[in-house]
Amino acid sequence: MNVIIMGCGRVGAELAHLLDAEGHKVTILDADIKNFEKLLPDFNGTALAGDATDEEVLRKVGIAEADVFVAVTRDDDKNAMAAQIAKQIFNVPKVVCRIYEPPREEFYRSLGLEAISPTSVFARLIKEKLEG
Amino acid sequence: MYVIIVGGDEVGSRLGEELLASGHEVLLIEKSVERCEHLREELGTVSLCGDACEMAILTKAGVARADIFIAVTHEDDDNLAACQIAKQKFNVPRVIARVNSPKNKHIFAKLGLEHTVDVVGLVLENIREQAAISPLIHLLSLGDEGLEIVLFRVNEDLPIVGKSMKELSLDYGASLLIRQGQKPVVPTLATALEAGDQLIFLIPSESMESLRAVVVGDNRA
Repeated sequence: MNVIIMGCGRVGAELAHLLDAEGHKVTILDADIKNFEKLLPDFNGTALAGDATDEEVLRKVGIAEADVFVAVTRDDDKNAMAAQIAKQIFNVPKVVCRIYEPPREEFYRSLGLEAISPTSVFARLIKEKLEG
Repeated sequence: MYVIIVGGDEVGSRLGEELLASGHEVLLIEKSVERCEHLREELGTVSLCGDACEMAILTKAGVARADIFIAVTHEDDDNLAACQIAKQKFNVPRVIARVNSPKNKHIFAKLGLEHTVDVVGLVLENIREQAAISPLIHLLSLGDEGLEIVLFRVNEDLPIVGKSMKELSLDYGASLLIRQGQKPVVPTLATALEAGDQLIFLIPSESMESLRAVVVGDNRA
């Protein structure tokens, strides 16, 4: 698979490593190149500086050929915007975005986006532990 | 009417002030605590401090009963998120977004926000008009109808001078001719254009480029 990841935080970097290790073609984008320090030397993918809410940036990194687009910056709005551009403008087959605020996760799902809220996932996990 | 404005910078606060003065109910949502204080001092208790992209803040603001929702922050992703939620979740009848990066205008439209204000585009248009760079001046967009009103100044160096309206090959829209010292008239295809004439066109938005090509393109060649 040809994968573009936006946001090289802990989750973005970890996902990039996992997919790269499985032999996928991985491109990771971040507006701040300092975040690429999280990538280990064995990462064979491409790391590029840029803001994925910018249509031109996405075009340049080859979004037209991507099979998967993942938006995992810290910012819900940026993730939602980039994911919608990937899905609606570039017709990327599989688009996933992180949305911290649970009610907004639901909202973006209603718009047809594959949104995941770590907040609700962890809250549910912890609750299950407590009820354990 | 109940108007919610997101972003309390110069644009947001001036707009709020105007709407309040004309008797509307206004709420300004602003992220920065400092800016919120400032708004309170200037306009009274019409601001809510918080992130307007968060469902909790929007619910608190009573978005469901808003008649108009306007997002004018400097961040396009924030304006997009707030407006999409206002429109699609809370069914606000009129939603307007500021677009800071001109290339995002078509993205907003594709994502369901037809009513946008392209700030950079407006500034450029204004400069073009003041500098009289182009003989073609865009006056107004009638967004809902997909129509544009454009002024064409027939400068003396344009190849169209002395030729008839027919040469403009405008097979669309409506036009008005303003000739110095005369009453405005609706020109016919046979009307010959004189230097100093001004024409006002009402044309479909998609014809803007072809009009520009006829008027400016010839000039460049």
